[in-house]
Amino acid sequence: MAQEVQGGIQNPIIRVRDITVQFGATRVLDGLNLDVKRGEILGFVGPSGAGKSVLTRTIIGLVPKVAGSIEVFGVDLDSSSTSQRRNVERRWGVLFQQGALFSSLTVRQNIQFPMREYLRVSQRLMDEITIAKLTMVGLKPEVADRFPSELSGGMIKRVALARALSLDPDLVFLDEPTSGLDPIGAGDFDELVRTLQRTLGLTVFMVTHDLDSLYTACDRIAVLGNGKIIAAGSIADMQASQHPWLRQYFHGKRARAVMS
Amino acid sequence: MNGDPKLERIAKGNALALCATGTWTASFAPVLERMVADAEKLAGGSQSVFIDVSEVAKLDTFGAWLIERLRRSLTQGAVEAQIAGLSTNYASLVDEVRRVRATPVVDSSTITITGMLEQIGRTVAGVGATVAGLIDMLGAVLAAGFRVLIHPRSLRLTSTVHHLEQVCWRAVPIIVLITFLIGCIIAQQGIFHFRRFGADIFVVDMLGVLVLREIGVLLVAIMVAGRSGSAYTAELGSMKMREEIDALRTMGFDPIEVLVLPRMLALVLALPILAFLGAMAALYGGGLVAWLYGGVDPEAFLLRLRDAISIDHFIVGIVKAPVMAAVIGIVACVEGLAVQGSAESLGQHTTASVVKGIFFVIVMDGVFAIFFASIGM
Repeated sequence: MAQEVQGGIQNPIIRVRDITVQFGATRVLDGLNLDVKRGEILGFVGPSGAGKSVLTRTIIGLVPKVAGSIEVFGVDLDSSSTSQRRNVERRWGVLFQQGALFSSLTVRQNIQFPMREYLRVSQRLMDEITIAKLTMVGLKPEVADRFPSELSGGMIKRVALARALSLDPDLVFLDEPTSGLDPIGAGDFDELVRTLQRTLGLTVFMVTHDLDSLYTACDRIAVLGNGKIIAAGSIADMQASQHPWLRQYFHGKRARAVMS
Repeated sequence: MNGDPKLERIAKGNALALCATGTWTASFAPVLERMVADAEKLAGGSQSVFIDVSEVAKLDTFGAWLIERLRRSLTQGAVEAQIAGLSTNYASLVDEVRRVRATPVVDSSTITITGMLEQIGRTVAGVGATVAGLIDMLGAVLAAGFRVLIHPRSLRLTSTVHHLEQVCWRAVPIIVLITFLIGCIIAQQGIFHFRRFGADIFVVDMLGVLVLREIGVLLVAIMVAGRSGSAYTAELGSMKMREEIDALRTMGFDPIEVLVLPRMLALVLALPILAFLGAMAALYGGGLVAWLYGGVDPEAFLLRLRDAISIDHFIVGIVKAPVMAAVIGIVACVEGLAVQGSAESLGQHTTASVVKGIFFVIVMDGVFAIFFASIGM
């Protein structure tokens, strides 16, 4: 995986073309185009209600689109066969905003759930990999036998990340991973995402509101507004942009506090 | 190079050297595990151990962990196994995996005899706790009821009316349909068997007494327990799961007064109405069958009905309804508020709500039967 990253394959890992999504009469996404390159951490920002989560859910296939095409790992998700699609799904991991852990399963069972489904490995290896994943996301192995209702908010996010990573995906979607975490916890989480991206050669698609995450974790930033990508580029590009919302976002009081 | 994974032994005098090649990823995990297990048997006897991974084409957490597992089991005493030829790309992954403490996880879900005995003990103790919980809730609801009596304006009228619509008005079609059919069946069976004695007309007595005293209210109560008791438990349970009940409490509201009392009131009002409608539908159905199947024309049916039953039968039936409603409501609310954080728990408590609700309804019916028999009604 990591070799491919450095090999610099030019094909984008996600290719979104002219996506339109409509709920009733309201058009949420309107002819949106987006590329996510292999091995990068893409931060995805935009005002509340602009459709960030909708785009994520559209790419994953949870929200139907009216028009446009989506290619992930070079597979067009509309024309792909079921087995192709399963293959793609096996290679991505999703971290939902609220964690979406299975509440009736323990942490260990949650992390092993995709493994049981997709891999034929021994219980011993699954248990060991579970501990490895928990260690990677900064949790102690003792957490493994707790139920999600016995975890704190930050731990739920970490366990959900461990579950998203359980099949060693090439691509992870993170929907506001640091929301609801204290600033130190959020900082740790950004660091964690960076480390995992480095060690596992991940590509990360991160929806976020957190300026700190944008500064510390992301390689590239895309901004959503009026159903389109209004800007995409490095943090420096964003700061140089003249778009009113971007100016407010990156030059507001909070942004200055983060910068200093 | 992107082929099947292999682990080969390269003889190097006194040293043990293993060479890993190919793709070491999750999809090959079963093969990899077997190879590593075989290689583990080579442990011991060598002065130095090397695992050469320079030929590995692809590595993920599964592969990295298996190499680490091999390294650990080949490390014996003073001989430490070394991983050689690690490319910089994968170095951080292997380092990461090296930090993992391989504490064997104890599976606590194994079934033992003591565990089963413990479970039985807990269940028995749980019965006592259930009864205490019901009495507790009854007290809380009555206390809230008295507070509302003193300050009638604190009654949640909108909520009560909303629940009344849900449990009463919307239940009418199904309750009427089912009790109608039961009335038909009772009359048909009665006529079929009574005809042998030439006692066709006594089917009216049986139908009237049975429907008004027992079947009408019991059947309706069981249906309401299944229909509305489960709904109450699920509603309160999901509110509990999402901390909505805690939110109410912190705002200074009493969840009993805001959530439980309107539901209880609605149920206590609804059940007598439904029981009455159910009894009428059953009598109508029975009368219809008696006419079409037994040849008892409506006039004769009504005359006989007037002789056979007194107002006592009707009162005996209808008096039970509010009490049964209270039992169903209290069971449902106790179960709803006992829901813990998981979806499974919600399911368990909803099931328990219906099962216990129906059980207590039948127990209450028995108690009433003894009571009415002893006062001669």
